[in-house]
Amino acid sequence: MGPATKSHENPEQKIKTWQRDIHAAFKAAKITHVSYVPDGGHQGLISLCTSDPEISTSVLTTEEEGVGLCAGLWLGGIKGVLLMQSSGVGNCLNLFSITENCRMPLVVLVTMRGEFAEFVPWQIPMGKRAPAALELMGFDVFRVEEADAAGDMVAGAIDHAFFSNRSVAVLLSQRMIGRKNWGH
Amino acid sequence: MIERRSAVATILSDRKKLIVVAGLGSPVYDVNAAGDHPLNFYNWGAMGSATMLGLGLSLARPDRPVVVFTGDGEMLMGLGSLATLVQHKPKNLGIVVLDNEQYAETGMQATATGFGTDLAAVAAACGIEGARTIRRQAEISGLRAEILSTTRLTFAVLKISPGDQPRTVPLRDGAANTYRFRSALLGQAQAEA
Repeated sequence: MGPATKSHENPEQKIKTWQRDIHAAFKAAKITHVSYVPDGGHQGLISLCTSDPEISTSVLTTEEEGVGLCAGLWLGGIKGVLLMQSSGVGNCLNLFSITENCRMPLVVLVTMRGEFAEFVPWQIPMGKRAPAALELMGFDVFRVEEADAAGDMVAGAIDHAFFSNRSVAVLLSQRMIGRKNWGH
Repeated sequence: MIERRSAVATILSDRKKLIVVAGLGSPVYDVNAAGDHPLNFYNWGAMGSATMLGLGLSLARPDRPVVVFTGDGEMLMGLGSLATLVQHKPKNLGIVVLDNEQYAETGMQATATGFGTDLAAVAAACGIEGARTIRRQAEISGLRAEILSTTRLTFAVLKISPGDQPRTVPLRDGAANTYRFRSALLGQAQAEA
């Protein structure tokens, strides 16, 4: 542990049960690649995936890259999942023309910002429109409000995508993820 | 200066198990002009994504060489992907940028490479060892050998003659292209699973 380590940085303690359930859903569905632009709400899941020897991971410079990456993986016979924050949805829109035009499966897990007790108003414009933007681009959109449902919802979303060649988004609600501590 | 059609045809000659991703615009036509093939993926849109499609394929199929042909315009839109590649450095991936310093598809407007941006230097700065610019046709067969050898992540910018080439029109339907590609690579059973 270097001097830059902050007291709250114990990755094991930060992993929530619903994140373990999502990771278990990945394993059951043989998801072997997870790409992401990090979000605080995905921290525990990212940690589970990066430490899993059966899952390779890619940290992206923009969420757009993840759409092409998942498409390439699928062309090669590998099932991937893309993690992002709601702001990332807006970055991706034209890239979704790959999966629509090629009728490829795509699974995107979106941690929501800008919808509940939001401290940063800059998160609201895209958070507010992310669900509609995904619908507009042809996604089937699932929303998780209760932690108990997360594992089953993600398992169903993965099956929906890969059984029926659909683009599927799972929105993880900001209230479920929990408030970020801004010291207020 | 390098002639694009001849360079692409040289790299794709006797291609063996090579997988090919063609980025939007002229690379799609160049790859098709060299000969249509079930392991060609023609990415007619989604500008900026060709490199990442190649990364996904190279990770999924480490047993095969993968080459991505893209233009300077598309590469500039996906510069970040060069940084993303480096965390994997797939030895079976080659990125070939056909750089005419122009947006050839839309009226020959200058790209940033025409104002001095050096894509090979960008790739090198991102951590891709051996990233280079090639200006001589004679060096293309060496590039082909390097890509087929799958000994390291390869990145080459080919400075090509400006101007348009006769258009060839390969498969445009993405679903048909995907089915054909996956059937050839994975077998019909998995493509239809």
